[in-house]
Parts: sequence; structure tokens; C-alpha cells
Amino acid sequence: MSSVSLQPVSGRRKRADRGARAIVALFTGIALIPLFFILYYLLKEGLGAWSWDFFTTDPTGSFLGDPGGIKSAILGTIEMVAIATAVAVPIGVGVAIWLVEYGRQSWLATGVRYFIDVMTGVPSIVFGLFVYITLVVTNFGGASFAGYKGAIALALLMLPVVTRSAEVVLLLVPNTLREAAYALGAPRWKVIFKIVLPTALPGMVTGILLAIARAAGETAPLLFTATIVNATTFNLGDRMNSLPALIFQDVGQAQDRLVQIAWGAALTLVAMILILTILARLVQRRSRLS
Amino acid sequence: MASAPETLQVPRGRSSLERTRGSGLLDRILKWGLTALSIGVILLIAYFFEVLIADSRPVFAQTGFFSFVFNSEWVPSQALYGALPLLVGTLITSAIALVIGVPIAVATALYITELASPRVRAPLTILVELLAAVPSVVYGLWGFFFLIPKLKPAEQWFSDTFAFLPFVGGTVSGPNYFIAGLILAIMIIPIVSAISREVMTTVPRENKEAALALGATRWEMIRMAVLPYSKGGITGGAMLGLGRAIGETIAVTIVIGNAPEIGKTIFSQGYSLAAVIANEFGEAASDKVHRAALIAAGLVLFLLTLAINALARYFVNRASRGQRAASKPAAGMAG
Repeated sequence: MSSVSLQPVSGRRKRADRGARAIVALFTGIALIPLFFILYYLLKEGLGAWSWDFFTTDPTGSFLGDPGGIKSAILGTIEMVAIATAVAVPIGVGVAIWLVEYGRQSWLATGVRYFIDVMTGVPSIVFGLFVYITLVVTNFGGASFAGYKGAIALALLMLPVVTRSAEVVLLLVPNTLREAAYALGAPRWKVIFKIVLPTALPGMVTGILLAIARAAGETAPLLFTATIVNATTFNLGDRMNSLPALIFQDVGQAQDRLVQIAWGAALTLVAMILILTILARLVQRRSRLS
Repeated sequence: MASAPETLQVPRGRSSLERTRGSGLLDRILKWGLTALSIGVILLIAYFFEVLIADSRPVFAQTGFFSFVFNSEWVPSQALYGALPLLVGTLITSAIALVIGVPIAVATALYITELASPRVRAPLTILVELLAAVPSVVYGLWGFFFLIPKLKPAEQWFSDTFAFLPFVGGTVSGPNYFIAGLILAIMIIPIVSAISREVMTTVPRENKEAALALGATRWEMIRMAVLPYSKGGITGGAMLGLGRAIGETIAVTIVIGNAPEIGKTIFSQGYSLAAVIANEFGEAASDKVHRAALIAAGLVLFLLTLAINALARYFVNRASRGQRAASKPAAGMAG
């Protein structure tokens, strides 16, 4: 026995290695092609539609004449997403607090977790259908379609995302912090509001912003809850326009100017969502927990 | 002169954590309030399920559950509600999405975790995640005005050249199953990639180093250490992607053609469960059975995603059991 001889890697194995690596890199490149094309087309077609009037006038609904702008859609989206956030965040964070601080591994907590998971998987259109059946068809509140009904559909969509992300962050809060507070004689509600929530806040904000970004891009649940109109409204009981619904309506039109509006609206929507996503990442970087 | 006991006395400042008189009551209110909220969520889902079942009853009363699912005539004007073409459309497009999307997503995950230099890792991750930031309707818009016209010649060439394959051949129609599947593939890449990545980062370093130390090439290390270890997680991620693809509505509605028939090839027009709901709810408002049929389509969709997500959770949980807590959020953080 002289020495261990290291066999050189055979040519076949070398080729297999190089080939496989090339394929993996190629596929990764392929994954980015659609992103590139979508952004390229959005900018190319969308920027042409952007103008001062585009943002400050309502759609006119006229097919041949001046199609107007997208003001009502932008405001409608902001209004409905804001309401949805105001509904979904307190409930979602509340349930998450209960899961982490009270429920833990009890059978009830397991059940709640399971149902939240079920909710995550429900297609957005089915939530829209649910709100349509329970609130729109029944003329709840005296009207069929209404902005707040759209907001409720969006809130249903956001709720599981907010809950799960908040739960994950709350679990990351070190138990030693809680124990230290209890040791100082603090009551439980103060431990939750003064110790746990502030510590978890940045991480929860990230999850909430991502949930908002997701809700802002949803079309299906809005189509038959808030529907599509032209006029701007601040009355939540009225039918309310939204960017995704407007885009969906204009895609089907055989009118170049309406299609142009759709591209401009799409660019606006993507810009809004990107800003939220970037904000979410920035907040996440600040967080000490994740 | 200060006496000894006085120096020991604690100054009467108030701590913000101090237990005040109402604390006990507040504690109880908080506890039961939050418990009620959580039970409310369960009741909400139960009610949701109940409403779907109750409101779809008229159509099941007319046709029966099985003929609703397996009849292939969907003609609302004649009160014929057979959802098979819709179900087939949903399944075909989702299958195409998986076949195209999963290998690409897994490759991106492999590249980011194993092959890429550390400097490009973060930017690449962000780029892949950006795909998830594009709303469904924008994918539809892009698919309709870019993919459909640009890909048609290529699809026609493929259809003519490979006409001997099953489900290929004949004239390609503009909007079709394949385009819808392709768009769905793009849409599921971020989630499948994210979950695969999370599982791959939990592969023990020792396993990888052992493979390399035994003389394995990078690819052999990936094949022998990384892939077997993360197989379950990747399967779970793919299932979650499938759940997404099945429920996806607007992008599919725009590019599938909305023809309620079972297409003969993957380049035929079709329809999907979600698309039919989005398109027909307006006309269905006055017709009770038609509305029930759409709700039933929603119910089938819901049951389908429920089953697939349950399977996905099973795979993801099994894959992450015993692994570091870091992989726990994978199943829930789907957004």
C-alpha cells in the first residue's frame, strides 16, 4: 500500500456535470424571459398612455370618442384595498395573537390553523362568489353591488395571509422577553401590547404589505361584488371601479384606444404593487427577528 | 440625616408594565375576545361552505351531482349544465402549467442555492419573486396581445410537424389550452421556486460535503445529496402551485377562448371552471338554476383545491419534519 490514488474524473462524468449545469442555468434564464418581456411591453405600451389627463379624468365609457382616464379606477382600488386592510389586519393579527399566546397546541388552535390553511387555498373567485351570494344577490344594505362588498371579498382573501405571516413572526419573539416581563409582574395584556407586538411589528408589517399587494391585483372577486363603473365615488355603498376590473373590461374591446388605456392602467397597477413589495422588503430588512 | 431604611425605599415612580387595578378584567376580556375571534373564523369558513352547498342545490336537484360533473354539454340557454368541458379545461391547463413550470422553477431554485455565486443570489431571488408581483389580469393582457400572436406560427409549426402525437395536430386557434397553461406556468414559478429553495437550503451541509469529498462532481452532488433530500418539499411546492393554477381565473379567462367544449388538441379553445364563473355570473343573476350551476362550478373548484392543498401540506410537512424551524412557514406563506 503506497498511497491512495485519486482517480481523475472521467470525461463522461465531466460532460454530464457541465451539461446539467448548463441546463439548470438555461432554465433559470428562461424563467426570467417572461418577466423581461412583460416589463418591456408594460413600459412600451403603458407609458404612451400616461398623461396628466389619464390620471385626473374618469373613463367616459364612450366607445368611439375620447375614452377618458382612469381616475375612478385608481381611487376605487385604493379605497377598497384600504377598507379590506382595515378589516383583515385587526382580525388576522388578533387570531395570530390568540394562536401564539393562548391557543398554542390546543385542539381549538389546531382547528383554527387548519381552517386558515383551507382559506389560503380557496381560489379568489370563490370568495367573490361567496360575497356575491350572501351580500349582492340578497341586496344586502339596499343595493346589489357596492364598493364595501368588494372590500369584504378582498378582506377574506387577505385574512389568511395576514394571519399566517403574523403567526410566524410572533413565534419568533423570544420567550425570554415574555418571561422577563412576567417576572416584573406585568399582566398578560401588557406583555402582549407592550412587549410582544412592538417586537414583532416590523415583521408583521412586511406580511401585511405583501397581503395588500396581493389584494390590489385581484380582479375576479371584484367583478361581481363592486363591478365596473365609470364615475369616481367615495360612497362605499355605490358601485365602485377598480384598476384590475377596468383592465379586464378593456382587454376585450376591439378598440385600440381602450387597449391603450388597459396598458396604461396595467403599468399603474404594477407600479403600485411594486412599490408595496419594495416597501415590504425594506421593512423586513429592518426587522431584527427575521 | 438619612436613616438606613429610607435609602432602601424604592422611589414611587410607575412602571409601564405595572399591574393596575383593572388588569385582571382586561386580561379576561382580551383572552375571551381573541378566542371568540378565532372561533368566528372557523364559523365563517363553515358558513362559507354551507352557503356554497345550499345555493348550488337547484342545479344538483335538476341534474344530479354526477351528471353535473360528467356531462359534456354546457348550454345555459337550453338549461343544460354539464361541467365536464370546464373541468377538463381546468385540468389540462393546470397539467400543462405543471409540466412547463415545475422543472423551470426547480432549476431556478437549484441554481440559486447551489450553483450561483453568492453575489447574484439575492438579485436572482428578487427577480424570480417579481413574477409573483405581476397581477393576474396583467398576465392576461400580456398573453392576449403578445403571447397569442407571437406564438401562433410556432404552435402551428409544432402542430403540423408533430401531428402524430396524441392531442396535437390540426389548426391552431389563437386563444387555446396551451397558451393558458403557459401563462399559468409563469404564474406558479415563484411559489414553486420559493418552496423548493427553502427545502434545498435545509439539506445538511455534511451530506453535500460528503458527496463532494468522495469525488462527486457538482451535478452528482446535487443528484445524490440535494434532490433526494428535498424531493418531498419539491412535490409539496408543485402541489401548491397546482392549487394556484386550478383556481386562477382572470388570466385564463382572457386567453383560453371561452368555448364550452372539450378541445381535441392542446391547441384548441376551451373553457375552465373559474372562467365560466367570471364570464356568466352577469347573465345568471335572473336564472336561478344557471346561478346554481355557477356556484356548483365554484364548489367543485373549491373541493378540488381543498384536496390538492391538503396533499401539498402533507408533503411539505413531511419534508420539513425534523428539519430546522426555518422551513416551517413554507406552506402558509404562499402569498
